[in-house]
Amino acid sequence: MDVTVTTPAGTGRGAWPPAFVVRVGRLAVTIALTFLGLLFVTFVIGRVLPIDPALAILGDRALPHVYERVRHELGLDLPLYHQFWNYLVKALRGDLGSSVLTGRPVIADIRQFFPATLELATFAIVLGVVLGVPMGVWAAVARGRWPDHLVRVLVLIGYSVPVFWLGLVGLLLFYARLDLVAGPGRLDVAYEYVVEPWSGIVLLDSLRAGELRVFRNALAHIVLPGSILGYLSLAYIARMTRSFMLAELGQEYVVAARVKGLSEARVIWRHALGNVMVPMVTVIALSYAYLLEGAVLTETVFAWPGLGLYITHSLFNADMTAVLGGTLIVGVAFVGLNLFSDVLYTFFDPRAR
Amino acid sequence: MVTRPLRLLMVGLLLASLAVPVAADTPKDTLVMAKFIDDIISLDPAEVFELSGGEMIANLYDRIMMYEPEDTTRLVGGVAESWSVTGNGRTFTLKIRKGLRFHSGNPVTARDAAYSLQRVIRLDKTPAFIVSQLGWTKDNVGDLVRAVDAATLQLTITKDFAPTFVLNCLSAGVGSVVDMKEVQQHERDGDLGYTWLKTNSAGSGPFRLRQWKANDSVVMEAFPDYRHGAPKVKRVVVRHIAEPSAQRLQLEKGDIDMARNITPDQLAALKNNPDVVIGTYPKADLYYLGLNQKHEHLKKPKVRAAIRWLVDYHGMADTFLRGQFKVHQAFWPSGFFAALTETPFKLDVARAKQLLAEAGVPNGFPVKLDHANGTPFMDIAQSIQSTMGQAGIKVELVPADSKQVITKYRARNHDIVLLYWSPDYMDPHSNADTFARNPDNSDDAKIKPLAWRNAWDIPGLTKKADAAVLERDAEKRKQMYLELQRTIQQDSPFVIMFQSTEQATTRKYVKNFVSGPTFDTVFYRLVTK
Repeated sequence: MDVTVTTPAGTGRGAWPPAFVVRVGRLAVTIALTFLGLLFVTFVIGRVLPIDPALAILGDRALPHVYERVRHELGLDLPLYHQFWNYLVKALRGDLGSSVLTGRPVIADIRQFFPATLELATFAIVLGVVLGVPMGVWAAVARGRWPDHLVRVLVLIGYSVPVFWLGLVGLLLFYARLDLVAGPGRLDVAYEYVVEPWSGIVLLDSLRAGELRVFRNALAHIVLPGSILGYLSLAYIARMTRSFMLAELGQEYVVAARVKGLSEARVIWRHALGNVMVPMVTVIALSYAYLLEGAVLTETVFAWPGLGLYITHSLFNADMTAVLGGTLIVGVAFVGLNLFSDVLYTFFDPRAR
Repeated sequence: MVTRPLRLLMVGLLLASLAVPVAADTPKDTLVMAKFIDDIISLDPAEVFELSGGEMIANLYDRIMMYEPEDTTRLVGGVAESWSVTGNGRTFTLKIRKGLRFHSGNPVTARDAAYSLQRVIRLDKTPAFIVSQLGWTKDNVGDLVRAVDAATLQLTITKDFAPTFVLNCLSAGVGSVVDMKEVQQHERDGDLGYTWLKTNSAGSGPFRLRQWKANDSVVMEAFPDYRHGAPKVKRVVVRHIAEPSAQRLQLEKGDIDMARNITPDQLAALKNNPDVVIGTYPKADLYYLGLNQKHEHLKKPKVRAAIRWLVDYHGMADTFLRGQFKVHQAFWPSGFFAALTETPFKLDVARAKQLLAEAGVPNGFPVKLDHANGTPFMDIAQSIQSTMGQAGIKVELVPADSKQVITKYRARNHDIVLLYWSPDYMDPHSNADTFARNPDNSDDAKIKPLAWRNAWDIPGLTKKADAAVLERDAEKRKQMYLELQRTIQQDSPFVIMFQSTEQATTRKYVKNFVSGPTFDTVFYRLVTK
């Protein structure tokens, strides 16, 4: 007797479309919808702002016909959905448009501002991870004792003190009084234009060009804002590490490992932390993504020409092409880091493969 | 142990941060200035109308007529050496100076000057109105603005304007002379070089633009062949430092030579620093209240009069505005031709109460005051709220971003607005045109001067302002403007309160920085350090 075995579509071997394709397809649709929603919400927020974009460009004194012409050029006389559709069609073609204010292509602006944010965010996240994870572990291991209290107080300060205040006090102390770091800006004037921009990341470009004095000056400038942002992400990372570690240290396998005679360091750093790294990857990725949005207040205090400042400034001038372009980049960073953490997740956790 | 490398890394990072060198002093031949420059949207003189942009092009371009740093109140020839008026006062013939060169090396000719003015009209950007009011349009500008030969520029106007008014218009940013050949080389799709000139310079001024990074910095380099000789510094770097206290710290450390946006409270702390000098420069900006005449109470003359007695002009100018403002109560700033300097009003609550009682509102009324959310607007608004409150007028403050305030103002949706106004060119018509003229008060009017925004219907006053700009006799013209100012001072929707001054702080070795009365009479070429 012939027996026909049917497998539900897409689940068995040899099914069409294969499971992998389905997964990728679903992912693509999710990402597309995410971006569409992101752009739409940003667009609507921009349009409900009580600022007239034409006024932002022309100032207060343009003649009426100039005003009308610019409104028409910006498409502001079209219905809202029509304006959004026009933007979407252009964006899909890879054209993010030109900044309404400066007339520069948004993509060129982003190329100028994003590297500054990337540099600062990377510096901060490295600091946050390198110091935050061990601090979290330390606090968890010494639960209830002074190291734990110390870490908790540090974390609390990191959470609760406004960043612009930390920035100003930091400048006053380390720059003005102690002379340990350089002031606001990315480089001293004397070092500007010494190195041709390549990636836009000054630390990288100066090393590539072999200009060590520029590298040192850039380092002197980034240390303070980078450390302050690093402190904020450290606070988050240390707190999360602590609570994950506490959960992990109470597990039976930890007791078993100790009973078997493994060294305490191996139990903690290898086995317990190894398991903690799985959820921590997501925490760190999200933390990095937040930093990549651009820290407006830090960028303001430290005259750091980054993406956060760019988007905020554009928003206050109702320059929605620039805001949408910037938002898209932030969205790409978020989605990209999420995907990356998913991939890392499967690396750390065999069950997820 | 695993912790060891981590510990080493931590120590290493700490040491690395400690071992970095302390910031270097600014280079001897470079002026480094901190200033808010995020308002710059273009550096094309046909388009520039923002404060910082105006300042930049004043140092990059020579104008047909101009004010010089040696005397920022005297109108002199820029690229024009001499001028004469013929043809019933409607034809202006200007001789161009000999031997002038652009940064490119091209000679400066009357053709460049004609091209520059024609370009302003053809591009038709915001400041074009300054010259289009002379009767020039896209269709006729080719005939009315022309180069007779390389050294002679001939301008024809279509109305009998006072000659001083016409020459003043040519001293505005739109009177900047651009290098025709250079600009034409960069023309794309008939844009008259606009796309290129937004971020580049092609002038004959004391500096040439090296780079403008929006919201970040402007860098200019000295032009060694400038007609008055090379500027004293080789490079000027203007950096956007958005936080005033960061500007102050950098100035005190010597990382910058000059800070332009330090707030008054911080200036007080800087006074004792022997390395820093605070310079005070009178400006032409006027701070005023606009009272919307659509408001049921504000439209009453006695209420308007009462409000004039409910502002603590001197109290503010002597305390939190000290050094930044002086009391001024007329629509044309002091220090200029035909300015009215009388200040008849002061805080007098009893008098105001009596006026309010006569107006039928003895207990006051609630009213909203729109203002920008930065200094000094917040402080001024709070003082006004307090003094008006003493007479029963309950003021609700509505702070917002300045562009938001202006959007609302232009829609006539405010009750009272607190704003400032600065002249577009140094002729009293510039302000009379907006404070004393309102040709059409209907809601859909095309022109929206300040009088319109406050819904103030003034056909009689509009005629007087129109007559003043045509008057050829300078003394008569002066009297006409004085009368207009008095009328508006005594009864109008405008409560003009202050004229501003700029306080710029420099390291003590910085000398000869010149900041004239307007935003585009700020000059770097005499600065030494």
